[in-house]
Amino acid sequence: MSLLFNGRTGDKTTRRVGFFQRVVMGGINHLRQALASLGELWRSPLATFMTIGVLGLSITLPSTLYLMVKNTEKVTAGWEEAGEISLYLQSGTTEQQAKQLLVAVSLMTSKIDDARLIPPDIALEEFETLSGLGDSLAYLDKNPLPYVLLITPKAEYLQPEPARRLLKELEQQSVVDFGKLDIEWLEKLYAIVSIAKDIVWIVAILLCVSVVLIIGNTIRLNILSQREEIAVMKLVGATDNFIRFPFLYTGFWYGFLGGLLAWMLVAFLLWWIQSGVENLAGLYQAEFTISGLDMQALGVILLISISLGLIGSLISVQKHIKEIEPS
Amino acid sequence: MIKFDRVSKTYPGGQQALQQVDFHIEPGEMAFLTGHSGAGKSTILKLISLMARPSVGNVLINGHNLNDIKLSQVPYIRRDIGMIFQSHQLLMDKTVFDNVALPLVIEGYSRKQIQKRVSAALDMVGLLHKIQQLPLALSGGEQQRVGIARAVVNRPPLLLADEPTGNLDPKLSMEIMQLFEDFNQAGVSVFVATHDLGLIARMKYRTLTIKQGRMIDDGLNDQQDPLAEAPDLHDPNMPPVTKLPPKYTS
Repeated sequence: MSLLFNGRTGDKTTRRVGFFQRVVMGGINHLRQALASLGELWRSPLATFMTIGVLGLSITLPSTLYLMVKNTEKVTAGWEEAGEISLYLQSGTTEQQAKQLLVAVSLMTSKIDDARLIPPDIALEEFETLSGLGDSLAYLDKNPLPYVLLITPKAEYLQPEPARRLLKELEQQSVVDFGKLDIEWLEKLYAIVSIAKDIVWIVAILLCVSVVLIIGNTIRLNILSQREEIAVMKLVGATDNFIRFPFLYTGFWYGFLGGLLAWMLVAFLLWWIQSGVENLAGLYQAEFTISGLDMQALGVILLISISLGLIGSLISVQKHIKEIEPS
Repeated sequence: MIKFDRVSKTYPGGQQALQQVDFHIEPGEMAFLTGHSGAGKSTILKLISLMARPSVGNVLINGHNLNDIKLSQVPYIRRDIGMIFQSHQLLMDKTVFDNVALPLVIEGYSRKQIQKRVSAALDMVGLLHKIQQLPLALSGGEQQRVGIARAVVNRPPLLLADEPTGNLDPKLSMEIMQLFEDFNQAGVSVFVATHDLGLIARMKYRTLTIKQGRMIDDGLNDQQDPLAEAPDLHDPNMPPVTKLPPKYTS
């Protein structure tokens, strides 16, 4: 394109090229520029490694915390399903009375999924095997446990508020001593998890901002160190975009490599923690594997880190490339 | 080709670089611009290449007023002007090939075209055998020729040179000037700023003289040539004068 001289065209336009071919050529050009930027990073390995290290570590922390919170949620989600109401009957209740109550409660089919009566002797047996206090229990001269009615509410009564109303209703039945709803500690746990989530977000936002600043500053130094080269390029007619792209690609690579490093670090940290978690789960006679670090997580981490890299370099490039003018 | 229409330029800080400068260089013409250091030669070249804008007046290239050119269009203007500098402005960490290819890469030529044109341009300045060397390995004259090859590689209709022979000995300077003559004969307008009066005298082209920001001689009128008072300068056997004659400086 010549603004001053009509009809001045280079040889490049004498052969007309189709739209598709131009797109392909543009793509190849961009690929070449991207690889050139990667090569530029490769040429100063120490500086590159240090920058990528900082980025990787910055992204690792929020990613790990996020996965931990996610896994905690997975565990507690299982607990919520098991929300049961235990009705402890008065100590003098006969088997007859207990069975009558079971029938009465079982008839409340609109609110209750299932009701089960646990007689004191079975409860004691269960307690012996589970608590590990078998021997000491043998010293008791009579079974201190009352009849217990285990009630599984319908799904809509599992939430804290409706469950509490159902509990009140059940407690009004005769021979019921008191009912217990294991929901208060769950609420506390939820509150803690939600605080942890907030903290993860705050840490993530702070570290993401720092990643943007780090990349922005690194690109700024790159631009300033190539000040003369940029001035010469402008002298021979390079547009700002032409000069900009290599730096944007540098930001892209920083983000990509930093994200990759972060993913590997998270994988390593989780592997490290895993044995401890297994140990703990074993104490609860459960099996638990930390999950969440799959291909999707890799994709999300890379997407975020690449975006941060591009944002950082874009800010720097917008500001500094305009400032450099040949003189 | 280049037309200055009552152009004044005041730099920030109040330094008046040009005052009411008027001149016109025809298409296909070769002309010299001379004057002291600081007289305004570089400012005139900067106004043409849009490295600066006039404070007052208009600069026209091929009839297009540069005041109408937007900032985003500046790169496209520069692609039409081949520029040569005293300090070469080469990229020292790139090979001669990469340096000369830069304008073509910027314009998006294909690899094959770039190969062909860079070879042709380097052949013209006689440096084809140094194509893979770094500029640092070249002499001053060779570096300047690489700069010239880069300026002409995309065949601009206008060539600007700012003190192209500033650091070169007389023989090399003459070679550079002969290159410019060759380009001029191929139809390129050439405008050279230099204070090498001996060289100008031997070339016998139109010479514009600027003094303290004013055009005191645009080389067209039949006034007494200020250089004519030193007639021996025209003698090709005389050693070239690279300093200003004392008469001129007083």
